[in-house]
Amino acid sequence: MRHIISLLMENEAGALSRVAGLFSARGYNIESLTVAPTEDATLSRMTIVTHGSDAVIEQITKQLNKLIDVAAVMDLSEGDHLERELMLVKVRAEGAARDELKRMADIFRGRILDVSSHTYTIELTGTRSKLDSFLQSIDQNLILETVRTGASGIGRGERILKL
Amino acid sequence: MELTGAEIAIRCLQEEGVEYLFGYPGGAVLHIYDALFQQEKVKHILVRHEQAAIHAADGYARSSDQVGVALVTSGPGITNAVTGIATAYMDSIPMVVISGQVPSYAIGEDAFQEVDAVGITRPCVKHNFLIKDVKDIAPTIKKAFYLAKSGRPGPVLVDIPKDISNHKTEFVYPESVSIRAYNPVGKGDSNQIKQAAQLLLEAKRPMIYAGGGVVLSGAAAQLTDLVRLLGYPCTNTLMGLGGFPATDDHFVGMLGMHGTYEANMAMQNCDVLVAIGARFDDRVIGNVAHFAELPRKIIHIDIDPSSIAKRVKVDVPIVGELKPVLDELLTVLRASNKKPVAADLAAWWKQIKEWNVKGGGLRYKNSSEVIKPQFVIETLYKITQGDAYVTSDVGQHQMWAAQYYKFDQPRRWINSGGLGTMGFGLPAAMGVQLKHPDATVACVTGEGSIQMNIQELSTCKQFHLPIKVLSLNNRYLGMVRQWQQFFHGDRYSESYMDALPDFVKLAEAYGHVGMRIVNPADVEPALREAFARKKDLVFMDFQTDPKENVFPMVPGGKGLSEIVLSEDL
Ligand SMILES: Cc1cc2nc3c(=O)[nH]c(=O)nc-3n(C[C@H](O)[C@H](O)[C@H](O)COP(=O)(O)OP(=O)(O)OC[C@H]3O[C@@H](n4cnc5c(N)ncnc54)[C@H](O)[C@@H]3O)c2cc1C
Ligand SMILES: Cc1ncc(C[n+]2csc(CCOP(=O)(O)OP(=O)(O)O)c2C)c(N)n1
Ligand SMILES: [Mg+2]
Repeated sequence: MRHIISLLMENEAGALSRVAGLFSARGYNIESLTVAPTEDATLSRMTIVTHGSDAVIEQITKQLNKLIDVAAVMDLSEGDHLERELMLVKVRAEGAARDELKRMADIFRGRILDVSSHTYTIELTGTRSKLDSFLQSIDQNLILETVRTGASGIGRGERILKL
Repeated sequence: MELTGAEIAIRCLQEEGVEYLFGYPGGAVLHIYDALFQQEKVKHILVRHEQAAIHAADGYARSSDQVGVALVTSGPGITNAVTGIATAYMDSIPMVVISGQVPSYAIGEDAFQEVDAVGITRPCVKHNFLIKDVKDIAPTIKKAFYLAKSGRPGPVLVDIPKDISNHKTEFVYPESVSIRAYNPVGKGDSNQIKQAAQLLLEAKRPMIYAGGGVVLSGAAAQLTDLVRLLGYPCTNTLMGLGGFPATDDHFVGMLGMHGTYEANMAMQNCDVLVAIGARFDDRVIGNVAHFAELPRKIIHIDIDPSSIAKRVKVDVPIVGELKPVLDELLTVLRASNKKPVAADLAAWWKQIKEWNVKGGGLRYKNSSEVIKPQFVIETLYKITQGDAYVTSDVGQHQMWAAQYYKFDQPRRWINSGGLGTMGFGLPAAMGVQLKHPDATVACVTGEGSIQMNIQELSTCKQFHLPIKVLSLNNRYLGMVRQWQQFFHGDRYSESYMDALPDFVKLAEAYGHVGMRIVNPADVEPALREAFARKKDLVFMDFQTDPKENVFPMVPGGKGLSEIVLSEDL
């Protein structure tokens, strides 16, 4: 099962490598990992998307909690949550495709951030599957580059991860 | 007054009451060695290889309840130390290692003797620190000691760049320490404890399985009370030996790969299992799927939630320090008007006795021609009256020592279980002997293992450590040979130890007493003579049966009840 795990950790050199090292050392899978400081500059918030059986996910959360730099861990997928990912796609936009790409970007509520005579750079946010389906909806041969941030997640309503 | 970082580091060790610092100097720690030179409180033990410094600090910690402390230089100093650190990590031993680092301004430039110490040790420490400011030295060392010994213990590394050890600041040792993201639990959940008591009292075929956590947490007395109160059978893991008295009637021996038949059968067939500071290691329960075939309720008490439900499903998890948890469990049990059903318990004990007969307990065929390794350990037990500290290396000799020396007290059996590090035994014995100068310390080793840290005989000479080394010399990497015999069609690939040195002469060359014992009849007199030499290190080279195997044995990947017994019996 796909799980999305959020954690708060000390904003210290080396903390990220402890988390990344834990995943590689124990053979856990990482689909994506994002990290950035929070409103409290001493803390960073990380979102990890991973796959595993219930037992593996239980071990992952326990092992994460065990890291001295990790202050709080929440498996967002255990309850209601929101998940967003940002993607930038640069596409070849010439001739007939130019209009078609603009139309698709509109349908997916994307924005064209940068325009050149031959390219568009489109910004899209959404769940992983929304971004995937955008990529599937356009002509694959036109895709020049994609950059994705990986998912960020947050609990709905009163589900709060805070120290 | 302002002190240098080096002086501060040493002052911190003094504040922590550190008696011995095991180490080896080098460029990056010259300031620290200079500070060490100018004081007397912390005594330095100069080893002959950094791995040995860590094992010695480890032996010191295992035989006491104190943190072991070591000091090594950058680059090759710290890389040599890694095996020792990983050894301590796997067995959850409290330890603080200070390493020198190249000057902070040179980090990342491939400077002379630079390695990323924090990176290299990250997977095998509880935590580590790279110091960036002289002001951080005191608070960091304070944290390091706190982390090493609290919660699930483990090694902590503090890496100090050379320039920072020479910067100056005011020295203040923090009175207290708190780490917001680290809050080890104390007491367990009372409801869970009540539930555990309930299950225990309803058990028909109960089993108490206690591990290294009992030794680490000093809960041997509580465990003993629990077993005796309930009258249930108790087994220990390799790491738990001595956590429950081996000579007590409730003790069914060690369990696992080389455990007794009755311990393994009882583990497999029990209906309520309580695991106390033990982590269901693969050497303990063998094949997990096979273990799960029979239904049983499992209560698991451990301070580390990640030890619980890692390999087996648990019905009643209790996260907490063993001492308070067991105290509370005992209180609940004593207050309960329920008692274990006597008839069920009697039937269960009868079954266990039958397994004991069937398995032959621990038996071997002695010989008057060739020295049997088990006989050496039995004789060691006899003449030391079970009162020695016994360290061991890794291999067949380790298993025989675990099986045939009956440990009645915790912290007497000192071995590398999790990592299985050959070369551990002698340096660990040094740490033990320093901690307990008047105690009898025996190091049971093999001709293979001892050569991995034989240079420490020199350290033993310098510091007058009268360790008794019992080398069970079978001319083989015996444990490897045994597996090759069983599982690789008798193809003894690289397991014969050719060109062995004359160990008697070698011991003498280091200034010690050497003995070679070839006849079974000489085993006891030799041991008596050796142990009578209170002031000498005696190296005993026992020429043992090269073909002897360790039994019983649960072959790798098999279930506990698929245990193989000795072919001789
Ligand atoms: C050649 C060889 C053969 C081996 N054969 C066997 C064998 O036959 N049988 C066997 O048992 N082992 C054997 N081992 C050892 C094995 O590899 C493991 O090291 C050992 O079984 C682990 O012991 P343990 O489960 O007691 O855990 P330990 O490694 O001792 O772990 C201790 C547990 O206690 C917990 N703990 C620590 N402190 C506290 C506290 N204060 N409160 C609560 N909990 C705490 C920890 O979190 C941990 O889960 C062998 C090793 C070698 C090298
Ligand atoms: C550092 C290290 N290398 C390799 C091994 C694998 N190994 C386990 S037991 C063993 C043989 C040990 O030989 P010896 O010390 O003579 O003991 P014996 O088994 O003969 O009693 C080996 C090579 C190990 N445990 N540690
Ligand atoms: Mg050998």
